[in-house]
Amino acid sequence: MPLLRRLLAAAFLATLGTTLYGLGFADPALADLPRNWQMGMQPAASPVQEQIISLHNLVLVIITVITLFVGALLAYVIWRFSAEKNPNPSQTSHNTVLEVAWTVIPCLILVVIAIPSFRLIYFQDRVAEADMTLKVTGRQWYWEYTYTDADNLNFGSRPLDSKNTRWQQGIRLLDVDEPLVLPVGKNIRILTTSADVIHSFFVPALGVQRYAIPGRTIETWVRIDRPGTFYGQCNQICGEDHANMPIAVRALPEAEFTAWLAEAKKKFAANETAPIRAEAAPAPAQGPAPAGTVLAAVRP
Amino acid sequence: MSAQDHAAGHGHGHGHDDHHHHELSFAQRWLFSTNHKDIGTLYIILGLIGGIVGLIISVMMRMELQSPGMQVFQSGQAWNAAVTSHGLLMIFFSVMPVLIGGFGNWFIPLMIGAPDMAFPRLNNISFWLLVPAFILILMGQFVGQGAGPGWTLYPPLANSTYQSGPAMDFVLFALHLAGISSLLGAINFITTIFNMRAPGMTLHKMPLFIWAMLITAFLLLLSVPVLAGAITMLITDRNFGTAFFEPSGGGDPVLFQHLFWFFGHPEVYIMILPAFGIISHIISTFSRKPVFGYLGMAYAMVAIGVVGFVVWAHHMFISGMDVDTRAYFMAATMIIAVPTGIKIFSWIATMWGGSIEMKTPMLWAVGFIFVFTLGGVTGVVLANAGIDQYVHNTYYVIAHFHYVLSLGAVFGIFAGFYYWIGKMSGRQYPEQLGKIHFWMTFVGVNLTFFPMHFLGLAGMPRRYVDYPDAFAGWNMIASIGAYISAASMVLFLYLIYRTFTSKERLADNYWGEGATTLEWTQSSPPAFHTFEVLPRIR
Repeated sequence: MPLLRRLLAAAFLATLGTTLYGLGFADPALADLPRNWQMGMQPAASPVQEQIISLHNLVLVIITVITLFVGALLAYVIWRFSAEKNPNPSQTSHNTVLEVAWTVIPCLILVVIAIPSFRLIYFQDRVAEADMTLKVTGRQWYWEYTYTDADNLNFGSRPLDSKNTRWQQGIRLLDVDEPLVLPVGKNIRILTTSADVIHSFFVPALGVQRYAIPGRTIETWVRIDRPGTFYGQCNQICGEDHANMPIAVRALPEAEFTAWLAEAKKKFAANETAPIRAEAAPAPAQGPAPAGTVLAAVRP
Repeated sequence: MSAQDHAAGHGHGHGHDDHHHHELSFAQRWLFSTNHKDIGTLYIILGLIGGIVGLIISVMMRMELQSPGMQVFQSGQAWNAAVTSHGLLMIFFSVMPVLIGGFGNWFIPLMIGAPDMAFPRLNNISFWLLVPAFILILMGQFVGQGAGPGWTLYPPLANSTYQSGPAMDFVLFALHLAGISSLLGAINFITTIFNMRAPGMTLHKMPLFIWAMLITAFLLLLSVPVLAGAITMLITDRNFGTAFFEPSGGGDPVLFQHLFWFFGHPEVYIMILPAFGIISHIISTFSRKPVFGYLGMAYAMVAIGVVGFVVWAHHMFISGMDVDTRAYFMAATMIIAVPTGIKIFSWIATMWGGSIEMKTPMLWAVGFIFVFTLGGVTGVVLANAGIDQYVHNTYYVIAHFHYVLSLGAVFGIFAGFYYWIGKMSGRQYPEQLGKIHFWMTFVGVNLTFFPMHFLGLAGMPRRYVDYPDAFAGWNMIASIGAYISAASMVLFLYLIYRTFTSKERLADNYWGEGATTLEWTQSSPPAFHTFEVLPRIR
């Protein structure tokens, strides 16, 4: 029995240790990619994501303390009130003060969490004065972007083909042929919808996520704080190639963005009238690969 | 195997066991059974088989995810079908049959001092509807391309354009049958608990397991018909040209999400409430103390059941709901932490001042409190709609619900198994093996699911057959954990074998003075018909 108790204590300590170690506060020094063995959120590149991280850090501290408290209580009770130490059990089954305390204190903790939480959801919801509007359409299995106030500039953003040379240098399942390009420091209204099944437009570093649902348009917003490339993935099961439907967002300073826009309008001119089709895809190196074949080519 | 041993167990060694069941043929006893104990046993066997199949699928999934690239599964669709089957099998054909059909049928009559359930034949059909449902679910996995919309069945992915084969229809009909089974079971449980309690057992004197089953039955009664409606509409959308969820015909995919989660959220409480009941009895028995704050415990479960019905849309925070609606669902969801907290602290207070023996059932019960707390607090994180905008559908969610269900409800099942297997079979399980089983499982499941929090925070989406290389590290750890958990299941099967081949026979109340409910007044195993003279509760 003593051996068993020691084992139990050791296991609890180990689990709690892992919990502590797992306090994965996001480190702003990390690059804009998920890292192996990463424990926290991806570093923020938008005010929304900054606030998500700060609220999460608050809640994480609270829940860690609660878990440690419950774990410690359990360990203490098992040790202190073991049959050997305490052969005669008490028969107490009520304590009004305690019962009120463990009802009221959790309520107060929830209020502490709820106040910043309510503030955050109203902040995240939408932006009153948008500088530009981006329409995101989910398709099996690629994303289509439309710049509604830049002459409906429109193009598809497909996962890299394994035959592409960029496949070797690129980031598997995150890189795309044509990234979404957005200006830094502008309030961008994002409208999501879908042409087939439900997808989810999720870019962790920007704190943006909305379902793309056929038949309806959902609004959210983003303001990107700094130049860089940020990656995301489709986050709602959407069939065969759900795992290979990446999102890449390139954030450029305003001047460079304007230049890119002019360039892109020429490049994607063919798409302006016709909705995006596989054969209309700009595919400088890889040819017109229908999205469905991409994963097949990757398979060993 | 266990069923026949069981029959043999009734046959000898119990002088007073002189009822007519000896003359029943195998088919009469096991196919046409109207005896609550035999039906309970059938449910437990089905749940064990369902759990093993679900576990095999999950081990295959962990083998696939052990390292980046495609290893085990041939296609994304095969993977999606496995994801779907794993979820549905574990919920409808493992956790629910064992906790509700199995322990519920066995111990509701025994704990309230009733001779049997109120509707024994209804009880029989409840069980036998589940068997074809189970076969249909397996057909949904193996016929054609398999059905792969995920267990949430969201259209349009679940409609005939995107899941074109009959596999999807098999799954939907399986859910219909399982739903009818649950519904009939719930009606039976409610009637039994309200009408057949022993004289003197008022509602406020009912054991907490009975409270838990009563609330569970009400949740089933109110939520399953909504699922039935939703999947009926899905079936007609698929096969008869309606457009309930089809935008081009004026329908709405989000409507399905509302209907599904109006069922789906109570469903998670349906799975965990029976475990709450079992854990309360075990903690009290092995602390040799009455349950602390009995009424608070009972009404905390009532509160969880009631509030559980008005929080469903927290699964849909990014489906484009109005921000005020999100604010409401966020607040309502966070409130559930309060009654849950009452239960956790009342369990600890039950142990406080007790005389605790760490036998195997108690180990599982204490393990339950810890993992359930861990799963509960991550629920508070997810309840925040603001944070959910990031972690929604990531592995953080997978970690959360496996902590409360795969660890919580399953720890409840194992706790109940070790607590009651002596009562059900009359035989002693091997204590040391039971403890080894606990520690192996505890280490295995924590190793599997704790790293998933990190993966989720790093942004790894769920239901991915392949992932960017940056997620490789924690996925490897999770897979190793899954293999340890699977090995512990093999150990458990060996332990069942050892139990049923054990020569040791048990007394009526083998746990001693801590065990105070009525089932401990009966022999182990109980006679075929119990409480022919009703006990009186003072």
